[in-house]
Amino acid sequence: MTLWITLSCTAILLLVAVFAVAAGREAAATYVVYGLCALAALTSLLATLQHLLGLAPPAIVTLPLGIPWLGAHFRLDALSAFFLAVVDLGAVTASIFAMGYGRHEEAPLRVLPFFPAFLVGMSLVVLADDAFTFLLSWEFMSLTSWALVMSHHRLQENIRAGYIYLVMASFGTLMLLLAFGLLAGPEGHYTFAQIRAAHPTAGLAALVLILALTGAGSKAGLVPLHVWLPLAHPAAPSHVSALMSGVMTKIAVYGFVRIVFDLAGEPAWWWSMVVLAVGGFTAVMGVLYALMQHDLKRLLAYHTVENIGIIFIGLGLALAFKTYGMATASALALTAGLLHVFNHSVFKSLLFFGAGAVLTATGERDMEHLGGLIHRMPQTAFVFLVGCAAISALPPLNGFVSEWLTFQAILLSPQLPAWGLKLLVPTVGALLALSAALAAACFVKAFGVTFLGRARTSAVQCATEIDRFSLAAMYFFAALCLVAGVLPGLFIDALAPISDALVGASMPSQIGTQWLSIVPIMASRSSYDGLLVFLFMVLSGTFSAFAIHRLASDRLRRAPAWDCGYPDASPATQYTAGSFAQPIRRVFGTVVFRAREHVDMPAPGSMQPARLVVDLRDLIWDALYVPIALAVGYAADRLNRLQFLTIRQFLSLVFAALVILLLVLAIWP
Amino acid sequence: MAVIADFAVQGIEMLLVLLLAPLLTGFVRKVKARLLRRQGPPVIQPYRDLIRLMRKEVVLAESASWLFRVVPYLIFAATWVAASLVPTFRTGLLFSWSADLIAIIALLGSARFFLALAGMDVGTSFGGIGSSREVMIASLAEPAMMMIVFTLALIAGSTQLSTMAEFMASPAVGLRVSLALALLALIMVAIAENGRIPIDNPATHLELTMVHEAMVLEYSGRHLALIELSASLKLVLYVSLIACLFMPWGLKPADAGMPDLAFGVAAYIGKLALGAFLLAVFESSIAKMRVFRVPEFLGAALMLGLLATLLRFVSRSF
Repeated sequence: MTLWITLSCTAILLLVAVFAVAAGREAAATYVVYGLCALAALTSLLATLQHLLGLAPPAIVTLPLGIPWLGAHFRLDALSAFFLAVVDLGAVTASIFAMGYGRHEEAPLRVLPFFPAFLVGMSLVVLADDAFTFLLSWEFMSLTSWALVMSHHRLQENIRAGYIYLVMASFGTLMLLLAFGLLAGPEGHYTFAQIRAAHPTAGLAALVLILALTGAGSKAGLVPLHVWLPLAHPAAPSHVSALMSGVMTKIAVYGFVRIVFDLAGEPAWWWSMVVLAVGGFTAVMGVLYALMQHDLKRLLAYHTVENIGIIFIGLGLALAFKTYGMATASALALTAGLLHVFNHSVFKSLLFFGAGAVLTATGERDMEHLGGLIHRMPQTAFVFLVGCAAISALPPLNGFVSEWLTFQAILLSPQLPAWGLKLLVPTVGALLALSAALAAACFVKAFGVTFLGRARTSAVQCATEIDRFSLAAMYFFAALCLVAGVLPGLFIDALAPISDALVGASMPSQIGTQWLSIVPIMASRSSYDGLLVFLFMVLSGTFSAFAIHRLASDRLRRAPAWDCGYPDASPATQYTAGSFAQPIRRVFGTVVFRAREHVDMPAPGSMQPARLVVDLRDLIWDALYVPIALAVGYAADRLNRLQFLTIRQFLSLVFAALVILLLVLAIWP
Repeated sequence: MAVIADFAVQGIEMLLVLLLAPLLTGFVRKVKARLLRRQGPPVIQPYRDLIRLMRKEVVLAESASWLFRVVPYLIFAATWVAASLVPTFRTGLLFSWSADLIAIIALLGSARFFLALAGMDVGTSFGGIGSSREVMIASLAEPAMMMIVFTLALIAGSTQLSTMAEFMASPAVGLRVSLALALLALIMVAIAENGRIPIDNPATHLELTMVHEAMVLEYSGRHLALIELSASLKLVLYVSLIACLFMPWGLKPADAGMPDLAFGVAAYIGKLALGAFLLAVFESSIAKMRVFRVPEFLGAALMLGLLATLLRFVSRSF
């Protein structure tokens, strides 16, 4: 029943997309389209929640669509219900946000039809129960999101972003296609149930892991396959950026979990090491890239890369524990990773909404041109601050809970027998701690430069608060950050059926523990109570404020800033994003980015000012992508001659291809 | 009845750290002054300063926002909650299970996050320089601290501070290489976190050498008092942390009676005094570093912590 409801919701969304094509030019279309999207997604969310809370058994539906002898299989089990809930939650809130934000769109016809279609694509990926439907939905999701990235298609940088995104998305789908091809085997067992029943050989499974990691990883943004992400996510309208960063990357995580934990059979000993190493590297590189940015949306996009790394660290630990039969530890690590999926979808969407609000109010994405927005947009500043604190893993908000669980999982890993893991896991733990600390630094920068201080341009001085729809969406997610932080037990319990299904155990039920604290293993080992910490902080903060105002003094006087006696009137003397990151750039960037600073001195007699120039090199781009691009260009030049053959030569080429294929088929065992 | 007694002990613990915090700061200053053959202010001078500041009016910069006014209370709340979760004279406090050592570190991280934001709020260059340096120091100190937590948690089999302290007091601990490395790293991190020499100078008035003082430059009156108090609380927290993990003698179990608890309090105060004395001696005998030497110092702490954790992973006997 629930599956039928969710499927009809996706059908309704498709109809909405068609309607948007027809009526997109009307003034009211924005309200109607996004309103309908919100309603459909909300219905789907309610149906899914029923499933997630264990009130409905796994459901299977086969529709006579797609390949005739196969049909389209759909299934709603615990794992897909969780990811569908993430999609729907993001979709509802993004639609509500867009009811206000979307009105500022210059060309609504370039956004309105693709937005519901994008939601359809994401929902169908998680519902698909055969390889064909999965890949078709995956490609549909990629193409619709590509169209949304290209909605402002006249900007040169967006064209480049769209191109790189298209190439990387095709590459990812190709990898997944090959992975499913290997899993399906020569007989072509495309349904997931058949794939699950057939146990692939060790070599085949290893290939599948690598293909899934590159295929899903390129969509999720694992370093070094992340290059499209910081270009494409900021290029889209902000509510789409929120969905791409907050939700679509999670669909990639879903693809990885579905293939590796569910379909590919028993993991080999080295699988977890690959996943852990990639996850740790991604986490640190993502945040270091983010620290070097001064475009607000690009900074957020790079942070998605970091958080995907954290999620993959959790998944890698789960895989390691699963390999060695430590089911409860595996359940803890998997729950940590999945909880971070949910948490990140909430606060990253919130932050992108905030960036969108700033963009609407000021027309600026560059932090160096912002500043002091807390005075002009106090409410946006408040919710953005909540998002910043949550993503920086500060208690008592939700980001801390999932990182805390990941740390707890790391602390269980000395029991792993493999030597490689014994050396790798502590290193990954250090990388995780480093990326958490750097993330906090990065969000001090993001919030401090954008919202605090004094206005740097006149655009900021006439900024006004964003509309009510957008604010409602942001307040909702900010509240969710707090709720998931103080009552994490509810969310952990909801994830129990997933880990039961995938690793054969689940974390102990959290809802019955005293004072609603969370206890991963046992109380004497570790426990955390977000609610109590929150209450303690509120109590001691209000108590001290009350006591001081009552007993000591509550007088206040406004005066010019002190600044050691030499206040400078110009806002240009404030710290900027570049200068704020300078110490960290010197510590980490000299190695990672070959950061060099030099002063451009004007020639004698010239009236030009001297400039301090910072050179940063993206070594991954230079080492990996530039050679590939050069090789492709070289090959294209060589193959260019094939365009100018005669018809006889073309026909002989076709004939030769036919003969070779027949030979291969004849020799094939 | 037992619950009420537990509440009372937790309340006493919270008040004790709050009341002792300025005293500890005053004591460190006194010892430092005596080492320099100065008379120095009396040890209760910080209390007088706090009361004076509390009574004064706040002079708020014109470009300051609401965040600037909220942050002192936030920092104070986070630091106080963190400090009251560290076992001082008795383990198994009523609320000790509500946050483990990782959460305590993260609470201090919250306090720092908001202090760094406050430094940027007024929009002056000094605030920015302080914040920017503070987050650079934190970006290395926090992972180092986390590695120390890993080491200790792996030895004690728990991240719960009460359990860890009880384990450390038991004979099961023994002498371990990883413990020595962790202690060394913890002291280095504690010095950095509290902004003591050689990382930062709490008494400096040379603008270009300061970190913490630059961030709070625009604060005055009761706001400044709260921030100073939080800084003192943080010092107490770190000394208590080192004391309860590496000098757990005199730490009383949860079921101890009244006379035992009185002895525990006395032992605790003795440990604080010892810690403060050693800190003052250390600070007087070393020069402040340049800012860009700090990453090397903290990188060493991080590597020590990582080494200790790796040793624990490789063998149980280290």
